[in-house]
Amino acid sequence: MVENRPFNTFMAYLVLAIGVVIVAFPVYLAILASTFDASTIINGNMPLTPGDQAAENYYRTIFVGASRSTREPVGTMMINSFVMAMGIATGKILISILSAFAVVYFAFPFRKTAFWVIFITLMLPVEVRIYPTYKIVADLGLLDTYTGLILPLIASATGTLLFRQFFMTIPDELLEASKIDGAGPFKFFKDTLVPLSVTTMAALFVIQFIYGWNQYLWPLLITTKDSMQTIVIGIKKMITTQDALTEWQIAMTTAVLAMLPPVAVVILMQRLFVKGLVETEK
Amino acid sequence: MDKRAIFSGKALPYMLLLPQLAITIIFFYWPASQAVWQSFLLEDAFGLSREFVGFENYRTLFQQREYYDAMVNTAVFSSLVAFFSLSIALLLATQADKNIRGAHGFKTLLIWPYAVAPAVAGVLWIFMFHPSLGTLAGPMRVMGFDWNPLLDGGDALALVVMSATWKQVSYNFLFFLAGLQAIPRSVLEAAAIDGAGPLRRFWTITFPLLSPTTFFLVVVTIVYVFFETFGIIDAVTGGGPSGSTTTMVYKVYSDGRLGGDLGGSAAQSVVLMVIVIALTAIQFRYVERRVQY
Repeated sequence: MVENRPFNTFMAYLVLAIGVVIVAFPVYLAILASTFDASTIINGNMPLTPGDQAAENYYRTIFVGASRSTREPVGTMMINSFVMAMGIATGKILISILSAFAVVYFAFPFRKTAFWVIFITLMLPVEVRIYPTYKIVADLGLLDTYTGLILPLIASATGTLLFRQFFMTIPDELLEASKIDGAGPFKFFKDTLVPLSVTTMAALFVIQFIYGWNQYLWPLLITTKDSMQTIVIGIKKMITTQDALTEWQIAMTTAVLAMLPPVAVVILMQRLFVKGLVETEK
Repeated sequence: MDKRAIFSGKALPYMLLLPQLAITIIFFYWPASQAVWQSFLLEDAFGLSREFVGFENYRTLFQQREYYDAMVNTAVFSSLVAFFSLSIALLLATQADKNIRGAHGFKTLLIWPYAVAPAVAGVLWIFMFHPSLGTLAGPMRVMGFDWNPLLDGGDALALVVMSATWKQVSYNFLFFLAGLQAIPRSVLEAAAIDGAGPLRRFWTITFPLLSPTTFFLVVVTIVYVFFETFGIIDAVTGGGPSGSTTTMVYKVYSDGRLGGDLGGSAAQSVVLMVIVIALTAIQFRYVERRVQY
């Protein structure tokens, strides 16, 4: 601060504390709900301190699942979400680092064209071409498969742009030196480029993992089998807002489990997360 | 822009590009062009015959009252979320930017909602405000609000706006904080020496200098509301009650899947594509300008 004003500092703490409470309160309620039985929640007077049903709720949610709506243990859903998120994150990194390498370090006919063909995909999220994409995936026989969940979502330019941007900052002298040492493209890629890109890869991984884990519309369309649904889809199916059939304690336990992995990633890898977020948006 | 030192190779660069290009063409260009093509076709309800009808689907679309309603909903929804999430984020960022102890801890505690899936965020908020069992719905009724987001369109929209804002504040906060930290302290100190108080410094120095960040965040937030809030709407309201929370993207989904009107749904996709391309173009023009600063 420029000058010392105790009142100003006090206001800063107050505003930030209120912000944190508002941000955390809905999640606190979800965690609370995951420690009560159904009847305590349904009557609308849930206490604001934890109950004693946590073990029972988490056990039932992970290994048994909701009895009326999804019929599948949430553990299975978490595995599906995890496979999908990992597949999207690693797949994107893999294909985009290769294409960025080609675009930056080679001169070949149609290089600019190739770059633009990839670049334009930035503009159109999967939501606007959802049914034709669905039809293609169906025609390829990929409904209810991990491949079908993953492949269409890695068709995007963010990774390529990020790696391209990073490669442009690597001094030309490095490549000249490796060439003098007799290194070919593969050796340069493996021994110089990949080690230098580790931070960029990790940052991209964090962002894409969250993106993949939180996907909604795409898995909703292409998974028909209960055993293939992801946790975010599962929780939606458990909530039937119009009637009293919702098993709220199971639904809120599922909500907590659905938040846990991506939130843990953000908190534990905050530096990489911020870097990834800021750089993929440039 | 190009590198001085490069490799020569005829087939290798194409092989390196192949995976990405193949995926892009199969899952991006092909379906996108299909969407455009389909928007000119009329398909019978069983998908047995198709007929080229020119702009018929578009004409029907723009004669539908529901489509204008969806446009209005989308506009109202995005302006509200943009306004609230940006102002709250800016307020929090200016406080966290002050030289106070524990600022980093506050930052951590404020950014994690970014990682919560939109559908899950929606579930958290409907649980909190559920008319019969929500923890906050009781107090609201006591205070005299006739609150029921399951039956009242305005309440439903309010609930969706709150969930979407809750999630987007973290993102905007992060970018505002970065923007604030890039403002040179010396400028603010000079103003303070000239006798400008904190509020005056904010409105005459900080806020104008932040305007590129603000503009960028407005565009990003609008795109977020257009597309990513689909999960919130589907989980919380299902577009209802009676269409009051149906946005343009939600209508693409419900007309195509639930209504079976693929031509009309494709025409809506094309309209959306045009809007997104326009938004992205605006964003890129701004990025170019920012580089010059």
